[in-house]
Amino acid sequence: MPYPVIEDAIEIKNVFKRFGDFEALKDVSLSVKPGERVVICGPSGSGKSTLIRCINGLESHEAGTIVVDGITLEHKGSALQQIRSRVGMVFQQFNLFPHLTVLDNITLGPIRSKKLSRDQANDLAMTYLERVKIPEQAYKYPRQLSGGQQQRVAIARSLCMEPKILLFDEPTSALDPEMISEVLDVMIGLAESGMTMICVTHEMGFARRVADKMVFMDQGKIVEMAPPSKFFDSPNTERCKSFLQQILQH
Amino acid sequence: MKKLITLFLIIALLPGCSDDWGWYVVNPYNKSGLINLKFLLSGYYFTLLLSFTSIFISVIVGLLVALPGLSKNPWLRNFNRVYVEVVRSVPILVLILWVYYGLPPITGLDLTVFWAGVIALALSDSAFQAEIFRAGIQSIDKGQYEASHSVSLNYRDTMRFVILPQAIRRILPALGNQLVYMLKMSSLVSIIGMQELTRKANELVVTEYRPLEIYTVLVLEYLALILIVSAGVRWLERRLQADERG
Repeated sequence: MPYPVIEDAIEIKNVFKRFGDFEALKDVSLSVKPGERVVICGPSGSGKSTLIRCINGLESHEAGTIVVDGITLEHKGSALQQIRSRVGMVFQQFNLFPHLTVLDNITLGPIRSKKLSRDQANDLAMTYLERVKIPEQAYKYPRQLSGGQQQRVAIARSLCMEPKILLFDEPTSALDPEMISEVLDVMIGLAESGMTMICVTHEMGFARRVADKMVFMDQGKIVEMAPPSKFFDSPNTERCKSFLQQILQH
Repeated sequence: MKKLITLFLIIALLPGCSDDWGWYVVNPYNKSGLINLKFLLSGYYFTLLLSFTSIFISVIVGLLVALPGLSKNPWLRNFNRVYVEVVRSVPILVLILWVYYGLPPITGLDLTVFWAGVIALALSDSAFQAEIFRAGIQSIDKGQYEASHSVSLNYRDTMRFVILPQAIRRILPALGNQLVYMLKMSSLVSIIGMQELTRKANELVVTEYRPLEIYTVLVLEYLALILIVSAGVRWLERRLQADERG
């Protein structure tokens, strides 16, 4: 009798990445189970963004393996395309398509890569726009929306691909303070619905509330990895302790 | 602009009232003048057909040459560089002569004057179009590619639905310039006998011995054409920008 195997949603093993002389990732390993919420924090230049950009192949890693939903990431063949249709990503700068309406921004992916009909895609898009609470903005252009609304459109765009995993790359860092909470509310809702999420963020209130696992990175390495209760109350390393003091002070 | 045109007309036409000038040659109120004027205006047909066919082809060729220039593959990039540098260094007039007299013996093609002109103009312009497209595409933010990848679009769809629609809006003023340039350069094709505006004027001068009046009409013909085309391009620009604003 074979044991039932619970496959990791993401398995990163001994990954290295360099940009010229700069080593962005040094021997990073991390596994994420289905439904798990991981929050990655650390000082700038620590490799946290590079790490999640490696997961959907926006950066190529030099050594080590990345397996996403059972597919080994390779920068040739169809593996990359398959992974990208299972992994959504939300960017710091939103990266909406400025020449398309909100609705077209959201339906472009499903129509072209999942071959949905326009009607099906529109219905799906409206469902997700309601979920991020801006269905009334469907026919506007991105530049007519506030930053917070734009980021929520970007989240709806990712969701409309019906991904198994969502990556967030500092989703609130480019937002005015009063718009941060509307985006975090949407992210908390997603976390509670059981979505597998990896978030690079410095929103520690959010992290404490939804994270199953906290990861602290510094100089291309994972320095500390722990459940939030332990992570915030008694971090093992001095580096992590001083970082947390810095960002929690304000 | 209107003042400039009026001024130009006054300077050009006033001396015509004296005996030295012979506006009768293109005066629509006498019979032979009307025939001459119609003959000159009929040159618009090939000037327009030649220019628009050429720019249509050169935009497509330019895009096809620009895309390899953006590739990571050094061979494809070199192809782009060599094409642009070689084509750009040949004068249009030389290219027209070479295509008309040189290409048929080499390839065995039976080229009409029209198609020789189209090939030469399109070839010459395609190098500039390629550079315009490359700059336009490079000006699009890297995040647009990343967002396209993240919703699993392939290269073709990313270009077609995300990058090119934005790039074309940005390069529209440059494309408009090229169109105006092409309309003017089409006059060079008169050298191999294309019956466009310039050729018609040359032929009429030979029979009527009135170069001053006839070439003045030729100048006005190009001026009118290009002012109309420029206005059209500006209208299109405004419309596309309005689209983006929603």
